[in-house]
Amino acid sequence: MNALVVSPSPHRRGEITSQKIMALVIIALLPSAAVGCVLFGLQALFVLLTCICSCVIFEILCFLIMKRPQKVYDLSAVVTGLLLGMNLPSECPLYVCVIGSFIAIVIVKQLFGGIGQNFANPAIAARIVLTLSFTGEMTRWAVPYWYKNGADVVTGATPLASEWLTFSAPDGALQKMAPFTLREMFLGTTGGCIGETCALALIIGGMLLIFTRVISPVTPLVYIGSFGLMTFLYTGSAVETLYHILGGGLIIGAFFMATDYTTAPLTNRGKLVFALGCAVITFVIRQFGSYPEGVSFSILLMNLLTPYIDKLTRTSPLGAVKNKKTDGNKRLSEWKEKLENRFFNPERNDF
Amino acid sequence: MKKLKSIRLRHNKNTAHCATVDFPVPDEVIIPMSQSMGASCDCLVKKGDIVLKGQKIGDSNAFMSVPVHSPVSGTVRIITDYLLPDGKKCKAAIIDSDGEQTLSPELKPPVITDRTSFIAAVRESGLVGLGGAGFPTHVKLNYDAVKTPINMLIINGAECEPYITSDFREFMEEPADITEGILNVQKYLGIPNCKICIEENKPEAIKLMKSKTEFINSVEVVTLPSRYPQGAEKMIIYSASGRIVKEGELPSHQGVMVLNVSTVGFINRYLRTGVPLISRRVTLDGPAVTQNAGNYNVPVGTRIEKLIEYGGAGEIKKILYGGPMMGLCLYDPGQPVIKTTNAVIACKKAVMPKTTPCIRCGLCVKRCPMNLMPVSIQKAYEARDAKALDELKVLLCINCGCCTYICPAHRRLAENTQLAKALVPRK
Repeated sequence: MNALVVSPSPHRRGEITSQKIMALVIIALLPSAAVGCVLFGLQALFVLLTCICSCVIFEILCFLIMKRPQKVYDLSAVVTGLLLGMNLPSECPLYVCVIGSFIAIVIVKQLFGGIGQNFANPAIAARIVLTLSFTGEMTRWAVPYWYKNGADVVTGATPLASEWLTFSAPDGALQKMAPFTLREMFLGTTGGCIGETCALALIIGGMLLIFTRVISPVTPLVYIGSFGLMTFLYTGSAVETLYHILGGGLIIGAFFMATDYTTAPLTNRGKLVFALGCAVITFVIRQFGSYPEGVSFSILLMNLLTPYIDKLTRTSPLGAVKNKKTDGNKRLSEWKEKLENRFFNPERNDF
Repeated sequence: MKKLKSIRLRHNKNTAHCATVDFPVPDEVIIPMSQSMGASCDCLVKKGDIVLKGQKIGDSNAFMSVPVHSPVSGTVRIITDYLLPDGKKCKAAIIDSDGEQTLSPELKPPVITDRTSFIAAVRESGLVGLGGAGFPTHVKLNYDAVKTPINMLIINGAECEPYITSDFREFMEEPADITEGILNVQKYLGIPNCKICIEENKPEAIKLMKSKTEFINSVEVVTLPSRYPQGAEKMIIYSASGRIVKEGELPSHQGVMVLNVSTVGFINRYLRTGVPLISRRVTLDGPAVTQNAGNYNVPVGTRIEKLIEYGGAGEIKKILYGGPMMGLCLYDPGQPVIKTTNAVIACKKAVMPKTTPCIRCGLCVKRCPMNLMPVSIQKAYEARDAKALDELKVLLCINCGCCTYICPAHRRLAENTQLAKALVPRK
């Protein structure tokens, strides 16, 4: 008999792997990516492919330069690339896509330690950097009118950026009319980023992730629900509320960006706090800010708070007895000692 | 009542319908002097002594110790130092069997009159918890009835680990001993209620025990969901009674006592026959076992390789004492079956998937039955942060292995948590 292997328990492992989770996210993103390509044409497909390819190449290069083991097969770079591409307008020049991929993979992800270590969602951070640096290119939105009148894709404003038409009703009261119908917005035949216009396809993908238990339903439900509630209370109009929910990046953000494992809290309680925070910031930016869109800023800001949310929403273990709080004075003196050691220690002269 | 977090495993209860067969008495047995959680025994015999079956060969005066008996009649070949699979060292007696199996004349059914004589008898029988942990049963029975009165006896028949069916066979083969044993424990210790807890994947055992206890008012059969780790002590107490054993408490603080079903069955057999714990039911199974998988009544001290040979196993990479989730690896197939060996699992290959970086998916937090945060514990352990580990309640971990099982990055979280425990001072 040959030598026996001795290892700590458990001796059986589950079948879920990081790679399978990433593959599921890609599958869930495909419906809305496909709808985007149909609506916005070949140009959209080029944008998506450029983002995915450059993300994968940057990831491989990073591993080579940083002398880390090649882990590109975990598919996380593909997810980042696809998400980034879906967050760009189809008219976006391809060099902007490459710059975005560089920011996402090299600066936000690999410089902070690679998968699982990034402080912010790479796709969100890249989208924000691109919006601020290439405002012109990033706001040239295509509106797919071809399905209406056979014309080519023309550029126009997104639902959230266009003015509502105001007219007087026969009884003299002022009425507002939305530039897009809710049906158009649900099916995605409006202007916007490649992957964010079609709410239907995004919800199908999100449902897939919820039913395969890749994401918890808490984040999207609380994010969209509380945002809708706040908007309804503020505007008092159900149509306008739905318009705000379907418009912009809220659905893609709630299902695919705010649920990112690395940059969202671990527990369900934490996810609830995170989603509420996202909803409040999105609401404030959309209603009172100068930007029409607030989803990416809200998620980025809450990403930064995640370590604190995690710390405050720890689970309470079964039968745990709370540790006695250390005496306040004692803690203070400990802290003073620490400070003194750090700053007033004559032996330390490194400052 | 809140549902406990748990995982679902393939059951692999292939041997459920294999009735227990007596395993042939081996030519030699190895009897380690430490076969329970307590102190190691002093060897009472020396090289060349003639011993009889059932004769006491090891005992100690220490508080948590249980005597050891010889399972065969024969001659002591040697007393040697021995390394147990869990890393402890003790003395071990190697006895050559004469094949006669002459029963020691001292063995007779004990005379029980009250609580004290009952507990003394249980100690003399050499009984330890047969579920796997090996807590000395007489220590458990000897709780302080004034300070921590117990009003519920829980019989653990969950058997949530894959492959193992030895407790199930105890239900099917010895239902009378189980009920009698329960009644005896209740009578001598004055415990008014008893719940027999069985997982729902053993409907035959549930039906049988229900019919056997139909006319006993104080005993109730409880069906538990088949989830892992349902059979862990704290889990089964919560599932059966809704009580939570707090940090630093024993089950008796919550008025419950948990006994394994085989343990309680053995108590009655001992009271009937007076034969101490010298053999036990062992499930032989696993991917590498090609023939004769089943349940065997194996003399304690039988080398595992005898069982493996009998199972017709060829290429073997790993042999486990116990199930695949919490079982202990053997370092040498020549090691013996001991009192706590409820199963021997032989594996063709050793699963050691490569660890990849944590993606913070939170699955370990979602599945931990103790509601701990294995991912944060690992981080704190890597930083050697004892204070954070204490705040994360690392000492509460029951090492069920759910976190390592579920981790998509194949991180060895349970292993890390066990190592982290050493950094936190125990209160």
